[in-house]
Amino acid sequence: MAMTMAAAKSELILGPVPFHWSVETVRDFYFRIADEAPIDAVYLGEVVCHKRAPFFAPYLDEVANRLKAAGKRVVFSTLAEVMLPAERRLVEAVCAMGGDLVEANDVSALSHLAGRPHHIGPYMNVYNEDTLKFLAGKGAVHVSLPAELPANALRALGAAAPALGVSLDVQVFGRVPLALSARCYHARLTGRTKDSCQYACEADPDGLALDTLEGTPFLAINGIQTLSHSCLNLAGELADLQAMGITGFRLSPHSCDMVAVAEIFRTVADDALGPDEAEARLAALDPPGPFANGFFHGAAGCIRTGADRAQA
Amino acid sequence: MTAEKLTRPELVCPAGTPASLRTAVDAGADAVYCGFQNATNARNFPGLNFTPAELQAAIAYAHDRGAKVLLAVNTFPPAGQTDLWKEAIDIGAGFGIDAIIVADIGVADYAARRHPGQRLHLSVQAGAASPEAIGFYCREFGVKRVVLPRMLTVAEISGLHQQIPCEIEAFVFGNIGMMAEGRCSLTNYATGLSTNMDGVCSPASQVQYEEDAERNLTTRLGGFVVDRFACGESAGYPTICKGRYHVVGRTGAYHAFEEPVSLNLSALLPDLMRAGVTALKIEGRQRSRAYVRNVVAAFRKAVDAVLAGRDPEIASLLALTEGHRETQGAFQGKTWR
Amino acid sequence: MARDETAQPGRAPGNQAGRGSLRESLRDLPRHVLAPLPLAPLQPVLRRVVEHVAASHRELFGRLGPHAGKKFLIDPTNLPFVLVLQPDSIQPQLVARRRQPVPLHDAKITGSFGVLFAMIDGRLDGDALFFSRDLMITGDTEAVVALRNALDDLDENVVDSLAAAFGPLSAPARLAASMLRSLTAEDRHDR
Repeated sequence: MAMTMAAAKSELILGPVPFHWSVETVRDFYFRIADEAPIDAVYLGEVVCHKRAPFFAPYLDEVANRLKAAGKRVVFSTLAEVMLPAERRLVEAVCAMGGDLVEANDVSALSHLAGRPHHIGPYMNVYNEDTLKFLAGKGAVHVSLPAELPANALRALGAAAPALGVSLDVQVFGRVPLALSARCYHARLTGRTKDSCQYACEADPDGLALDTLEGTPFLAINGIQTLSHSCLNLAGELADLQAMGITGFRLSPHSCDMVAVAEIFRTVADDALGPDEAEARLAALDPPGPFANGFFHGAAGCIRTGADRAQA
Repeated sequence: MTAEKLTRPELVCPAGTPASLRTAVDAGADAVYCGFQNATNARNFPGLNFTPAELQAAIAYAHDRGAKVLLAVNTFPPAGQTDLWKEAIDIGAGFGIDAIIVADIGVADYAARRHPGQRLHLSVQAGAASPEAIGFYCREFGVKRVVLPRMLTVAEISGLHQQIPCEIEAFVFGNIGMMAEGRCSLTNYATGLSTNMDGVCSPASQVQYEEDAERNLTTRLGGFVVDRFACGESAGYPTICKGRYHVVGRTGAYHAFEEPVSLNLSALLPDLMRAGVTALKIEGRQRSRAYVRNVVAAFRKAVDAVLAGRDPEIASLLALTEGHRETQGAFQGKTWR
Repeated sequence: MARDETAQPGRAPGNQAGRGSLRESLRDLPRHVLAPLPLAPLQPVLRRVVEHVAASHRELFGRLGPHAGKKFLIDPTNLPFVLVLQPDSIQPQLVARRRQPVPLHDAKITGSFGVLFAMIDGRLDGDALFFSRDLMITGDTEAVVALRNALDDLDENVVDSLAAAFGPLSAPARLAASMLRSLTAEDRHDR
């Protein structure tokens, strides 16, 4: 059966940590991923704020080697927003060191990587097959698609990708990145600016909750980034994604037990666990927010719908 | 001010309707930008924008009076639906449009290959803010001008000017969102309509206003309360990034991203011109003729004054601005970040 | 905290005049003075207005699209009646109704007569009137935005061309329009 064949090829991917965790926390997190998690590829590096990057830099080699030794592919991600000289230098440095395993999250990085094999990250706007084709021509071998793409667009991209020699992944777990800004909202909250932030974002390992004036949980702030309050969960859509030709499933790190999250998604991808049971097990892991899957279904991203369940 | 030789910048003005376009041209616009009545542009609002026939007539009106017309095809077509965007490019190029403003890489590639002679501008929606990113679009698609994101200081714009092979267009007036353009899914998260794919930020179909007996105004987007305004308090657009929220560590309603303010760089015009800005852009295709007439006339006068070596005098435009408050945003310095 | 030094304190110019001020009393005068008058004589005039605009500006309906058949309740707060507009391309309707009972509607637009008139006349910006709280919209917001944009695309002289439509009465109608313009300019003083 076609679906079983697709399932056999599915890769579990761990996206970069979007939050400012302490270096010890990050190091231990990756050591445990290396030792225990059924994950195929790990994307490392700072994607949100260049000011955080120096903290983890001394441990990067050690962590990367440990992950590689455990049989995981390691890819280095670049910053999503690039404007300042320090940001440009960081991007250039990552592009120079990563060989052919760098994920470009903006066009600045792409300008360094064009002409050799590279990955395209979810912060790049790859919405259609024409963009995909152009990027493949520049050397893209793997593309992580934007979280807001609905199923019909994913299907069209999935159909176009094989002929271009590109593999595709989508995020299936974690808070969804919704916006970037030049301004740091954690700094603003503490009466500081981005330059004088004193790393206010460190206090919130899963982002800082923003509630509406009615008290409805809505968004989460993470430095210059705004995330969803809800937690994306496409465990129920995994079979659909496999049938569409999406071969990678990306988990975005949170403070909950990501090894357990990975084990659940691995089991679902292998067709050995039903979506309802998967959801119950994931809910028990204290995820960062209620589950949502609206974007996939062409609805508001905050919505949790079971519309396609019967087919899955 | 000394008699300094400044290059005459192009005043680029918004038009949501043919009547607005004529108003902008008559008020002194050097160029007017507009879009079609569909998702191919980032102001896809009900009752707004141009049919192909209207665009053709508008180009004739503008060209007869020495003004240019720029077509915004600056959204991101979802896979399987790129034909609509290609059609927009073909129609614009066929009409002899002065430039097409693009954001999506696939759309830019199509325009560059299919219409090699067509002048292309890079939309602010492409979010290109570094010399590397801008240079890439210039190299690959022959982009002649970049519309800069509203996050750079004047000094940074000046530095950038030295490092890129194309013209710079900078916003000088209008509504400013807080989020990096072309990379914001907040509206889609709350409503199911995408800024990037559908061309709408806070679509009217998803906005609800409620005023209670005391005239306190509540604005909702897709069911989420975005803000509340006391009786008599100036209101803003119902956009998520200008809203007020509850957050741990703050008591009361808090503007977590930005307050409802409008950009006004009239005082910085000489600095921007010296920094190498070729075109000054006024935001507001969704606004009325009254707005277009007042803002364009005021900036025409101010730019002409600067060129004549006088201080730019700008009529008060405060009444037209969101929240009735103005800011120089990121342009004034880094503390804004 | 980091704050824009250039930002002025938020203030709504349209509401500067406090409750019960002379300006407000004068503005609201028509609502009380005209209250006893019957609405019947108004209806043929309104019908003429809406039929003229509909006949001479067919492009309106293209812009209104699916919103053409909707019912807009227009509430000029200082007049003793409200208007119900249905900008249907075949049978456009504009009728005056008493405030109570509230006529059936999809969307409601509330503002002083002067504000609403100046907006139709292309002199004031609808968004600015909303920011200043001079204009309030409830119900189908999208329909109101479509209507606003459709009307804004009409030529500058829509009020004048309306006046002209009154045939032998066009001279007095024009005079009335110009009187209305100068009178309603007083409704807001921050232009």
